[in-house]
Amino acid sequence: MSKPTSLFVIFFSLFIMSEAVFEDQVGKFDWRQQYVGKTLFAHFDSHSQSSNKLFLATDKNIFASFNSRTGDLLWRHVDKVGPEGTIDILVLHGQDALMVVGGGRLLRSWDTNMGGLNWEAVLDTGSFQAACFVAIQDTVKHVAVLKKAGTVRHWFSYLVYSGGEVEVYVLGVVPNSHLTIIAYSLEDGEIIKQRSVEAPWLSSVESSCVVIGQGVLMCVDPATLALYTLPIQAEEAPQFNQILLQSLDLEVSLGFQPVLVSSQPHPARSPISEFFLQLGPDHHVLLQLNADGYTIAALRDFQPAFLVSFATTGEKTVAVVMTPKNETLYVHAFLKKDDSVDYRVLVQTQDHALTFIQQPGRVVWTREEALADVVTMEMVDLPLTGTQAELEGEFGKKADGLFPMVLKRLSSQVILLQAWLAHLWKLFYEARKPHGQVKNEVTIETLSRDEFNLQKMMVMVTASGKLFGIDSKSGSILWKHYLENVQPNAVFKLIVQRTTAHFPHPPQCTLLIKDKDTGLASLHVFNPIFGRKSHIAPPALPRPILQSLLLPVIDQDYAKVLLLVDDQYKVTAFPSTKNVLQQLQEMASSIFFYLIRSDQGNLSGFRLRKDLSTERIWEVVLPTEVQKIVAVNGKRPNEHVHSQGRVMGDRSVLYKYLNPNLLAVVTESTDAHPERAFVGVFLVDGVTGRIIHEAVQRKARGPVHFVHSENWVVYEYWNTKSRRNEFSVLELFEGTELYNSTVFSSLDRPHLPQVLQQTYIFPSPITTMEATLTEKGITSRHLLVGLPSGAILSLPKMFLDPRRPEVVTEHSREENLIPYAPEMPIRTEWFINYNQTVARVKGIYTAPSGLESTCLVVAYGLDIYQTRVYPSKQFDVLKDDYDYVLISSVLFALFFATMISKRLAQVKLLNRAWR
Amino acid sequence: MASVPRLCLLLSIIPTILILCADFACCNTGRKTGDGLDTDFSGFSVPLEHSFEVDDVSRFRMRGALQLRGGRETSVSLSQSQLSEEDRNTLKEVAAVDGLYKIRVPRVSLTDRQTERQMDGYLTAFVRACSLVESHLSDVITLHTDVSGYLIGVSIVTIPGACRGTEVEDEVDLEAFNTTLTIIPPTNAPQPETALFIERMDIEHEKRGKPQEQKSFFAKYWMYIVPLVLFLMMSGAQDQSGGGAANGGGR
Repeated sequence: MSKPTSLFVIFFSLFIMSEAVFEDQVGKFDWRQQYVGKTLFAHFDSHSQSSNKLFLATDKNIFASFNSRTGDLLWRHVDKVGPEGTIDILVLHGQDALMVVGGGRLLRSWDTNMGGLNWEAVLDTGSFQAACFVAIQDTVKHVAVLKKAGTVRHWFSYLVYSGGEVEVYVLGVVPNSHLTIIAYSLEDGEIIKQRSVEAPWLSSVESSCVVIGQGVLMCVDPATLALYTLPIQAEEAPQFNQILLQSLDLEVSLGFQPVLVSSQPHPARSPISEFFLQLGPDHHVLLQLNADGYTIAALRDFQPAFLVSFATTGEKTVAVVMTPKNETLYVHAFLKKDDSVDYRVLVQTQDHALTFIQQPGRVVWTREEALADVVTMEMVDLPLTGTQAELEGEFGKKADGLFPMVLKRLSSQVILLQAWLAHLWKLFYEARKPHGQVKNEVTIETLSRDEFNLQKMMVMVTASGKLFGIDSKSGSILWKHYLENVQPNAVFKLIVQRTTAHFPHPPQCTLLIKDKDTGLASLHVFNPIFGRKSHIAPPALPRPILQSLLLPVIDQDYAKVLLLVDDQYKVTAFPSTKNVLQQLQEMASSIFFYLIRSDQGNLSGFRLRKDLSTERIWEVVLPTEVQKIVAVNGKRPNEHVHSQGRVMGDRSVLYKYLNPNLLAVVTESTDAHPERAFVGVFLVDGVTGRIIHEAVQRKARGPVHFVHSENWVVYEYWNTKSRRNEFSVLELFEGTELYNSTVFSSLDRPHLPQVLQQTYIFPSPITTMEATLTEKGITSRHLLVGLPSGAILSLPKMFLDPRRPEVVTEHSREENLIPYAPEMPIRTEWFINYNQTVARVKGIYTAPSGLESTCLVVAYGLDIYQTRVYPSKQFDVLKDDYDYVLISSVLFALFFATMISKRLAQVKLLNRAWR
Repeated sequence: MASVPRLCLLLSIIPTILILCADFACCNTGRKTGDGLDTDFSGFSVPLEHSFEVDDVSRFRMRGALQLRGGRETSVSLSQSQLSEEDRNTLKEVAAVDGLYKIRVPRVSLTDRQTERQMDGYLTAFVRACSLVESHLSDVITLHTDVSGYLIGVSIVTIPGACRGTEVEDEVDLEAFNTTLTIIPPTNAPQPETALFIERMDIEHEKRGKPQEQKSFFAKYWMYIVPLVLFLMMSGAQDQSGGGAANGGGR
């Protein structure tokens, strides 16, 4: 009977250990922000006048609805990632939003009120070309979708047009030859007629033609600088009619391809006869096609004007022209109005910000959709309060002589006194105001570190090249900075060179931006608290950069030195002052670094020489015919390990193998056959290139997610034989004796560590994984696992312990080891984000706080979620309902009791002495 | 370990070392030197080169020949010559300036018998020259292979590994290498142990499952229930109050 009971006790203790959020704690320490990405199509809800909805389809395959007054998300549908979920077109009519998805695979109809799916139809195979509504006598009944089946047809661009009749016209062009017009019958889809028009100057009907007025095709030819008109529905053999731009007194900017913009307000009616012609990047003209269908009248010239659009309500049409001050480049401008001509505009700018503007140019709201694609982030401590900083500053400056020192001290005391008085006055002033009016707004000016360093600055780097500074407590964006000229395929690395700890010097972050194709890199140096670009000039980097490493060496301004290795293995130091170079020369022989070329399967190590050149000292080659390197991960430099070993059941100590230079290299086999596929895990010392351990997981396939920390590596893979996800944990131990207990050197550890490994079944696929991190490493570790469902699971590392025994013994019970079970449980109370799911989790970032028990967590993907986790519960914090009265009354009572008893004892002694 | 002097070889005395993979060990008598690629049963040999220079520019020279044997029982042995007087002096000088002692082996495959056994490129490793000197040339060389038998890495450590600055006076200590050689194939990572777990669960289930399941609640406690019911019935009959099953029990 004793065995089951002990089992029960263990499981019971686990249950107690696991904790969930109480209802009243929801939103107290955590927040979530939802994003949709860059807008591709946008529509206003024109169904009813009072409606304030916006419908967006984005490049992240999301169909979403916003409240146009506040910019809040009403609902959104997140489709599959990649081409399967791509939204080809979104058209809106009444309460129906029609969408072609996945390159013409599916046609969906959504109810715009509730966001529900009305119906879905699978379309015939073929790539999507164009779609439009077809209306007969003012009622919209049909939708025409044009698709390209195979490569049989030799047309290269298409236009679909229907002008409220029973025919649908498809225009196709054979570049520089002729234009074909085909009319299809709406009833049965049969071809009614087909005509061909000579057009040797026309290369693409999509880019250079529009339909205006009563079915007139208007094309622009950049070569001859002429407009061409063609009546589509003409019975006789039609001909293009040429109108030279010169005859209209219009001139095209040099080298600019003119663009036409037109509008068809309602599918049942013809497009309006007014249209825009763009003559230069900032020059548009509004033109009108006269009723005869051949002549054109110029209505108005707009310069400068970057963006133009039309909008219609009832009988009135508005043309909108925008002259943005900034380089707002591409747009979706829409509008809508009441009886009077009133409109609202939605602008999508290059930095992926979505701005909503009311008529007089008032910005109603802005959404930073760049945050839907966060690439990397760091958390930076906030600076001290102003007064503290002031005082520190007095000491930071170099003082000469006694008298100036005294003066400085006095002046700082005066400042402190002043600040204290101001604080008192503020308290007094606020106390008089009714409760609730006191605002607690976070601004950059009021930012200061809190008592336990729980509030930090989140510096986020997004794929569009926009940087954000976000307050971790509230989630409000405190600063943003758009980096221009960032290539779309750029990779970023964010490095904190100087923290806030060195007061008179501002904190300093460096962003390494590297073009993936050319390898050319540039540095952006900024202050992470205010987002301002630093005045320090970064070094010019003419050669492609292979590797960057942050050294623990600091310059005289307390900035850590960043080393950049270029493709000739030359090293550039930043900052590169004399002091730094001297330090580097002294330390050169102990600075090692590694380079990995995954395309060649090559891992090599280098040592720095005194003249900042390098020498190759080791080389490991994994043949690419067998396996390819998919990921390499070292340990986090700010990680602390509190205990050197583990106390075992027999009271001996099993020492951990804590090699700070250890790299975990994960490979996947090139052979994808389920029986022969494998995942390799190599543990390589980054200094000596020694392969510490080489494990092969047979019948396994990626994607592999892994975490490397302390003395363990946890990785997750797909088992091709059993068709399930599995977790495996590797732990390294030195044994019961330490080789050298004072210092670790990779050059002096001749014995290989003992490696223990165990594998478990995990009942869900995962998208990302990270380990919790605390200030001193005393708190037990948890793994934070992002699941595809959007939940974030906090999995105790205790469950991933290769020493979990198969058979329970006295010793293992002593050690509190959980008996081995092949399946890893997922308990819903382990979800740290309860119902606040994070769509498409891409990464999890953990940072220690000032409290040992607390770890700050940020999960990012499409959404951003910030919370705190307490892996060993809040052992260093008193509970909210802690009974202060009781404990203090007990203390006082004891104190008085000792006083009284002491007095009584004295009296008694005295009496005895007199006797 | 076998140390077999032979005159039939060039001039040198060849201390040989060998070792094993898994449980297999072989002895090298030093008769086979590095004579290129034989494809016969006895395996083939590749050169082991080393470099130690005061100016840290690699100039690799022959140190010995690695005798490799592929197949199911992978084994490796090494035949190497002594360090010359000149080499010894250089090594000491390199150790004095904290230089590196590097070794390299060519990339080879242990399985491909005929074709393309040798690939371009080398696998390199290093150790601090001072630790090699202080350990009196006692080094451990490990060769790592991948799943398909390619050599992927080599490592060298000395035992002891530290540089304490002790002078090595005796020239004899630096003449011959005392090498331990191993070849390590990848270990297979474990699969989830479902079979064992189910077996264990079954055993536990059998142990405690049987006696509990058979008896129902009533069968277990009838001796308490029956008197209670009888008592209630009798007290209820006396009392006539009608309510009383529960109350009666209480009294």
